[in-house]
Amino acid sequence: MRAGRVGWRAGRLIVWGALVGAASSVAADEFALPAEALAPSVFHVPGHQAVWGAEFHGQVANLAFVIGSRCIAVIDTGGSASNGRALLASVRQRSPLPVCYVINTHPHPDHVMGNLALAAAHGEQAPPLVFVGHTRLRASLAARAPFYLNALQRDFDAADHTPSVPLPTLAVTDRLELDLGGRVLELRAWPTAHTDSDLTVLDRTSGTLWLGDLLFVGHLPVLDGNLKGWLAVLQELKREPALRLVPGHGPVQAPGPAAFAATERYLRQLQSDVGTAIDEGLSLSETVARLGEPPASRMAGWLLIDAFHRRNVTAAYAELEWAK
Amino acid sequence: MRTRLTLTRRQTLALALPAIGLGNARAELKDEGDPAISPRWLKVRAGLFGERAISTEADAVITLDAPKRAEDAAIVPIAIRARFEQKPERFIRKVWLVIDDNPSPIAAIFSYTLDSGRADIETRVRVDEYSHVRAIAETDDGKLFMAVRYVKASGGCSAPPGKDAVAAQAAMGQMRLRVLPDGAPLGPKLAQLMISHPNDSGMVMDQATRQYTPPHFVRKVDVTYNGRLVLSADIDFAISENPHLRFYFVPQPGAGELHADVVDTQDLHFERSFTVQPSL
Repeated sequence: MRAGRVGWRAGRLIVWGALVGAASSVAADEFALPAEALAPSVFHVPGHQAVWGAEFHGQVANLAFVIGSRCIAVIDTGGSASNGRALLASVRQRSPLPVCYVINTHPHPDHVMGNLALAAAHGEQAPPLVFVGHTRLRASLAARAPFYLNALQRDFDAADHTPSVPLPTLAVTDRLELDLGGRVLELRAWPTAHTDSDLTVLDRTSGTLWLGDLLFVGHLPVLDGNLKGWLAVLQELKREPALRLVPGHGPVQAPGPAAFAATERYLRQLQSDVGTAIDEGLSLSETVARLGEPPASRMAGWLLIDAFHRRNVTAAYAELEWAK
Repeated sequence: MRTRLTLTRRQTLALALPAIGLGNARAELKDEGDPAISPRWLKVRAGLFGERAISTEADAVITLDAPKRAEDAAIVPIAIRARFEQKPERFIRKVWLVIDDNPSPIAAIFSYTLDSGRADIETRVRVDEYSHVRAIAETDDGKLFMAVRYVKASGGCSAPPGKDAVAAQAAMGQMRLRVLPDGAPLGPKLAQLMISHPNDSGMVMDQATRQYTPPHFVRKVDVTYNGRLVLSADIDFAISENPHLRFYFVPQPGAGELHADVVDTQDLHFERSFTVQPSL
């Protein structure tokens, strides 16, 4: 125990020395993200409903941690190094146990850029820290990470920067169980939907299901995978047994198909509108021009429409033109 | 003492963890700056055009449409339009599409003939960074004209790689070619060519082997109408996954055949023909 503790301290120094500089590190160290207990040993760390950017240090995605009798699993690590450190500080307020698993639900930067902060803090203590993801996450993140790292360096504070993003070493091809000691997490890999490497996590003990960005609440859904695939996955997700649903963005939901209704309605409308434009022979730019600013009545309840709707139209067009 | 421990631990960590680092990715300035003195452009300019004069008074020759912000960095629509039809007395021979701050700035070179009708192109590109995007047209008298737009990299989580590498690989080589009806009996007709191809930069390092994945992208597209060249495009991975080209050709009376011939960097060869009906 004592040795592990020392190792962890040394690990923190690494992050300070290498990335932050002594002056700002103290503040980063003291700040722990507020976490809400959804059930005993199950903690929800809500993200801000905003675009991944310097504001909020990239803390825009929901994060979580689950404490077993042996060790702790972290579900997504946040949008920056400082976000990852503040998440870990929150974990440390609740348990001295080591983090043994970091689960990344998909490759987007608001969910993975804290990975190195977790790894650095863990150091070489036993058990080793294992990064877990969809079997395609490794390639997908490897292809995207250089751009996310560049954006982080370009747009964020120095304390948010990270020199690299650890990739998953434990791959989930279909289903995988992780035992935290007296508590089993059930991971499930999905076909291409929000991205090509979406993973959900079910804590059987509490009935909590983390959906990553397969479910959006408030924050407009973001399409970076396959629209038709996502709609198909939503049908299956509605049948997953759970007592509560945690979206990648937005508040925790009561179980049941109703939680998915808004995400599904938006995606179906997108499919229909873009499909019509393609049928009419409109080009991609013409389609974005026509659909880029939808009537407010149709978008009620959604945030960040300006940031993501035109992008979704673009991605949907590129996919659906091949489906015709 | 502490510092030494820190460095040692850090190095150990770096070796132990498979991770993707910043590598030589550059953090670019967000400011637009003067397009004439962009350092990347000056290099490209020297390589492509040497000391030749390039007029930036291009409005009477070509226009370039590009969004101010790349909504999806992987799929940025670009349209280059000629301001006159291809006639023997004046036509555009070539158009270069340059994206200054992409790793490979010369995204495409389009060659046209009188049979093209119009030296237009619509396509989609990957934009890695805040960058000037340029279309440089060479007219039949050898003069160069340049239109420039500044495109901001997308916010949020979009990135230039494709959406689904496995699906892209599985569908590779499918092609669609069609003529877009415009209701007009005469004149140049707009055609659309879609090529299913990952158009992969191959710039991703496999951390296990420390090898870069081999690039695999479409490098050449030739389109003929009744055997006569209407468009020849040398492209690279700056063109989005599933390359998409809209271009013009001049149909002749009676049925004709539009034919597309595509070659990629692994020398895979794809072809597609489309019978053009006179009613079009």
